[in-house]
Amino acid sequence: MSGTIEQHVLSGRRGFLGRGAGGLGLAALGGLLGGECVAEQGAVGGAFPHAAPRAKRVIFLFQSGAPSQLDLFDYKPRLLGLRGTELPESVRQGQRLTGMTSSQSSFPVAPTMFRFRQRGSSGSWVSELLPRTASIADRLCFVRSMHTEAINHDPAITFFQTGAQLAGRPSLGSWLSYGLGSESSDLPAFVAMISGAGDQPLYDRLWGSGFLPTRYAGVKFRSQGDPVLYLSNPAGISREIRRGLLDDLQSLNGLRLEQTGDPEITTRIAQYEMAYRMQSSVPELTDLSGESAGTFELYGEEARRPGSFAWNCLMARRLCERGVRFVQLFHRGWDQHLELPKNIALQCRMTDQPTAALVTDLEQRGLLEDTVVVWGGEFGRTVYCQGKLTVSDYGRDHHPRCFTMWLAGAGIRGGQMWGETDDFSYNIVRDPVHVHDLNATLLHLLGIDHLRLTYKFQGRHYRLTDVHGNVSSGLLL
Amino acid sequence: MAIRLMAGRLEYVLAAAAILAVQDGFLVVRAQELVAAVSFDREIRPILSDLCFTCHGPDEAQRSSGLRLDQRDGLFSERSGGRVVSPGNVEASLLLQRILSADPDLQMPPPESQRHLTDGQKQLLSRWIQQGAKWSEHWAFVRPQAQTPPQTGNPGWCRNPIDQFVLARLESAGLRPATEADRRTLIRRVSLDLTGLPPKLSEVEAFVADESPDAWERVVDGLLASQAYGEHMAVAWLDAARYADTSGYQNDGPRSMWRWRDWVIEAFNRNLPFDQFTVEQIAGDLLEEPTLEQRIATGFNRNHRGNAEGGIIPEEYQVEYVADRVDTTFAVWQGLTMGCARCHDHKYDPLSQREYYQVFAWFNNLPESGRAIKEGNSPPLLKAPLPAQQRQLRELEQRVAEAEQRIRELQPELSSAVERWSFTAEARGEPDWVLTDGLQQAYRLSGSLESDGGQLLTLSPAGVEPQWTAWSGRQAILLDGGGMLESSGAGAFGYFDRFTLSAWIRPEAGSGTVLSRMIPVEQGEGYSVHLQDGRVQVNLVKRWLDDAIRVESESVLPAGQWVHLAVVYDGSRLATGIHLYVNGVEVPLAVRLDRLNQTFAVKAEPFRVGGGHSRFRGAVSEVRIYGRDLSSEEVQLLAVSESVAEIAGRGVGERNVGQRRKLETVWLERHADVVLRDVFERLPALRRQQRELDDQIPTVMVMQELPTPRETRVLQRGQYDRPGELVQPGVPAAFAGNFAGRHGNRLDLARWLVSGENPLTARVAVNRFWQRYFEFGLVRTTEDFGSQGEAPVYPELLDWLALEFQRIGWDMKALQRLIVTSATYRQSSRQSSELLAIDPDNRLLARGARRRLSAEVVRDQALSLSGLLTRSIGGPSVKPYQPEGLWKEIATDMEYEQSRGADLYRRSLYTYWKRTVAPPLMVTFDAASREACTVSRGRTNTPLQALALLNDVTFLEAARVLAQRELQAEAKSAVERIERMFCAVTLRLPTARELEILCARYERNVEVYRRQPEAALALIRAGESGVPETLNAGELAAFTTVASVLLNLDEVITRE
Repeated sequence: MSGTIEQHVLSGRRGFLGRGAGGLGLAALGGLLGGECVAEQGAVGGAFPHAAPRAKRVIFLFQSGAPSQLDLFDYKPRLLGLRGTELPESVRQGQRLTGMTSSQSSFPVAPTMFRFRQRGSSGSWVSELLPRTASIADRLCFVRSMHTEAINHDPAITFFQTGAQLAGRPSLGSWLSYGLGSESSDLPAFVAMISGAGDQPLYDRLWGSGFLPTRYAGVKFRSQGDPVLYLSNPAGISREIRRGLLDDLQSLNGLRLEQTGDPEITTRIAQYEMAYRMQSSVPELTDLSGESAGTFELYGEEARRPGSFAWNCLMARRLCERGVRFVQLFHRGWDQHLELPKNIALQCRMTDQPTAALVTDLEQRGLLEDTVVVWGGEFGRTVYCQGKLTVSDYGRDHHPRCFTMWLAGAGIRGGQMWGETDDFSYNIVRDPVHVHDLNATLLHLLGIDHLRLTYKFQGRHYRLTDVHGNVSSGLLL
Repeated sequence: MAIRLMAGRLEYVLAAAAILAVQDGFLVVRAQELVAAVSFDREIRPILSDLCFTCHGPDEAQRSSGLRLDQRDGLFSERSGGRVVSPGNVEASLLLQRILSADPDLQMPPPESQRHLTDGQKQLLSRWIQQGAKWSEHWAFVRPQAQTPPQTGNPGWCRNPIDQFVLARLESAGLRPATEADRRTLIRRVSLDLTGLPPKLSEVEAFVADESPDAWERVVDGLLASQAYGEHMAVAWLDAARYADTSGYQNDGPRSMWRWRDWVIEAFNRNLPFDQFTVEQIAGDLLEEPTLEQRIATGFNRNHRGNAEGGIIPEEYQVEYVADRVDTTFAVWQGLTMGCARCHDHKYDPLSQREYYQVFAWFNNLPESGRAIKEGNSPPLLKAPLPAQQRQLRELEQRVAEAEQRIRELQPELSSAVERWSFTAEARGEPDWVLTDGLQQAYRLSGSLESDGGQLLTLSPAGVEPQWTAWSGRQAILLDGGGMLESSGAGAFGYFDRFTLSAWIRPEAGSGTVLSRMIPVEQGEGYSVHLQDGRVQVNLVKRWLDDAIRVESESVLPAGQWVHLAVVYDGSRLATGIHLYVNGVEVPLAVRLDRLNQTFAVKAEPFRVGGGHSRFRGAVSEVRIYGRDLSSEEVQLLAVSESVAEIAGRGVGERNVGQRRKLETVWLERHADVVLRDVFERLPALRRQQRELDDQIPTVMVMQELPTPRETRVLQRGQYDRPGELVQPGVPAAFAGNFAGRHGNRLDLARWLVSGENPLTARVAVNRFWQRYFEFGLVRTTEDFGSQGEAPVYPELLDWLALEFQRIGWDMKALQRLIVTSATYRQSSRQSSELLAIDPDNRLLARGARRRLSAEVVRDQALSLSGLLTRSIGGPSVKPYQPEGLWKEIATDMEYEQSRGADLYRRSLYTYWKRTVAPPLMVTFDAASREACTVSRGRTNTPLQALALLNDVTFLEAARVLAQRELQAEAKSAVERIERMFCAVTLRLPTARELEILCARYERNVEVYRRQPEAALALIRAGESGVPETLNAGELAAFTTVASVLLNLDEVITRE
């Protein structure tokens, strides 16, 4: 026992990185936003990772607004014959609907207008809207049996990213930064990027740190102004002048350290140096001049336009190359209540090529071996029509009971369709995967037991997966 | 040598005073030197709580084998195989047997639980049993005990009882308190702590020179009396109250709660005692004859987020709001995690799920909807005029009464004058009159498709010739149910717009759209006045079914007859804001749908007469569009189809009320003498002023009781759609004390919180005050005083402070005065390596706290030091600098419109807080997100903070203004300027080395900027405040760089 106490004593406060967790990666690895771990509880459950990780990184291509599984992946040929007929009560089973359609006088079945075809040697069904995605179908594991709890965007997307419908919990990426730290010495462990437009907003909390210290929050890379807030020196301060000023600042802070003995100053000095390094590492990251013509052939010319989904996909690859652990893309515009056929086609045109390009590119560079790519939105859409069902038009409301996502890359069993829904793509009939299960699975791929990645807050040991979640081993190799 | 160690309620007997460290509030000593009495409360319950209570605790549903370890009976109970804990006998205690068992089937906690006891914990348990297994209640649920401040070896050091507690503990730990901090540090420390602003240099010098014995106390009193005190104190309270300027879900629309925020500032400044501060915020509305201010105070529990997303199920969110009130109230006043008992009994603390819903019941009684208003405040809300507005309102009311009186007096005179005039030839030749105030379009449709203003209506479908019919001495257009009239420029109204639509119609079919501006499909977006089976419908539609209003006249219009229709909408977004008049008389409306939450404005559609989603069949004339909501009197005038001359031509007895009023109006406007006209025109003018004033009055969301209480049921698994047992309001039995429900409403709860019986409120409150002045609270887990929280380091001091706080009448200023006038507070924050090793978190308080300033203070200080800070209290929130496009890139319809001028430099607590895109500078420095209650903030140290301090225009401008001020002052040399600037920022003189570093940099940079004048100009243009042209740009730029270094100094962003 005295040995343990000695250890505690000798470790002191600041030198003690990842206290109580025996080499927690977090700040020890110099997580960019981590700096040092000041008076911080370590995660319970021993050292991370718990097991040999299959993946080092995750790229999450979140499709905000909720793409229609019925028009993209969940092929339901029998619906054609039922067009315009009332959704049978035996299917709906009194399940709740959103306030937008719950008082609709009828719920006519709206089959997709788009053609489906089996793709690749695996024969996964993919709609004509996504030809490029279809071309890599053998890499993808389509999870047609995703389900969630919320039926409105804000709670549903918050649930997806934080494991709770209400604000306040840490996001997936911030759990990872907290648990695993950063592999990059001059970029954040967790980067979020945004593209697209549409009815549905996003929220800082989706990459926020909740009750975890703010250093674990995702850094939003922006397409307008500085990629990272306050990154650039102001007009009139050159890099040379900045260096000189920092040198002075560091000297003066060093003098203060002698005066006060406060090790926090040492950390501050280190963080100013990190800031300075970021001033070159981030511009280098976003400078695409070194990319070959082939890159833009692959991702499309849109990849030259900062803020486009294509640009963000390319950035995701570049971030991965530089050791960033979690890249969270949000692409907006999938909330197709009305005029779905027209709007979904537009969305697909914008996203299909860069999505497939990213997977292909990662594979060509050998990065797909240790990177997981996830594609999907916060819920699915209803088989019944919202608004008027016409020959060329329909709309779909929110549907939490089933939807499709896909995963690819490290540890993922590609070329399969996992799970199954009923003939109406309304209820899951086989192998359901809950959002908590997906999150547990992602953590598992990174070598983390989701039961053991916890943080004590308000007396409770919180987890990303709350008190739920099972690793969906069927998705894995 | 054996000495006795007092460590909270824990007694150690040590062979030597060899304390090695303090970890999590525990003294860590070499084991071989320890013969310690183990405290159940401090050492054993935390272990049981964390590792056992989940299955053997308060939660009945989860309890395994019927064994309960959180209560005495269970812990010492007999089980098959022996006693759970057998005092004095470790071997016989099942607890230890099971914990130490190597058999996975027997081992506790079970291996699959992923919970493990450390060797140290196992030894503690075994020592505790060996020592007789003394048991006690959880400290926090027992009322604070009277404490006598202990005697110390150095009474001279102690300035007040706080110091006695601290010193006695330090002495027993073999530690000495730190020396007092120097005076410059001290005054800066206390100013930043009490007001969030640095002292002026002159104040520092005065204090340094002041040798009087009460110099410190006078500084403290001055700060406590300053207005800045209330502002600074308010910030933490706003965090706790999850205050913000937006609603927080989805589109995150604006709300207006700043009247509540200002109430908080004012309450701190007038030193409202904490018990009243509590009662007014929890239940001010239920006090006897509550004042406006007391009702505003209840905004505390309306600051939670509100969901206005389309398609939500309101019942679901109404439950969330109530739950938020419960969680927040109990976190803030009781330091408990009440939310843990929402879905099941609390796992650790004696809070049952049933009790959770008993507390829930207090807050479940509002006339509220789970669906929040998208833009603006959601009911219940209160008009909350500012004091000046209250005066204006009273004055206007008075003047209106006077004007009405005068009208009553002069009405007979007016009537007879008009009557006389009406018989004159002049009257019979009088040109007609129509109401033009607010008129936007008038389509007479009497043989022409042109409006009075020359705007043309087009007949659709094209190519059809208009058909006319005679009516009342003029013509009207005849629509056959196929054609309609369109104008793209007219009637472009949205849901905040007040407007009136008026027309004469003669319907020939029961159904058809009369007037509209909408997408022309059934239930399309937009607005319409529509006939449905003879009834008049008014539709304001964003999305049919869940975002629309429909009202319908109860009566049916007579077919084939001319009627005058007027629809008035007051911009309130409510069905009650729509008025329908038929022939000048308001008719009753049935509300079919009242769920409008977004604007119904449609840009791409024209205004239509006789069309919309269906066609009108019949005749239409005199279509008028007003951009305001006309009064019923005004509508009455519109409904008079006869001209002035025609009315004059009738006998007095044949004129109806409307016609008489039309004559009067015309005569007053055109023929009356000035005196009479003034009398009759004064009233409408005053009413307009009232209206304008009323429009400016801020509202605030408040608490309000339903006349009939809403039923509260236990919600199974916390879900809104799974109601269970009915419950009555109540408080948790474990610490209910003498709770008695006298009023049967929230007031009972409020009074119970601040009654002497409540063991938690005062402790939780003083702990929060304490954490403002030291690294942590005496209980470090500010938000959790339950069994999973950390026990206090100084339990006696905590109890003493809690009782003292109550004894002095919950006087918040006096309590804090007590803290900051202690010797403990005045210690230097210097950290020796020995102390750092022993007590890295400074839990024993053997030195002062040294910590980075909060987000708000980092910014406010820079503004204050540079002189940019705008000192004005309260009012709507402002929008200082923030990087462009931050809202737009993730939000949908709000854009950040940056403030200008003085509003750029207001204290940070007035910064507009949009929850889903919080102010980036604040967030970077660990401000709370304001999405949920926060009672203590983290403090990180990150490169993003460095980037912000180096590059954000806020700090650059402050640096430049500092430099500029220095350059404008007399000085002999640059060195002198730099020295003065250093003093201005750090409030101390630089050392020679420090000065040397900065001067050398200045010399180098001034040279660079001399060579690169554009760079200098670019730098000094940072910010919107002006730069005097007389200054040399290169010098100013170089000084600015030096000032920027100063503002980035660790000591400057730190309270030492």
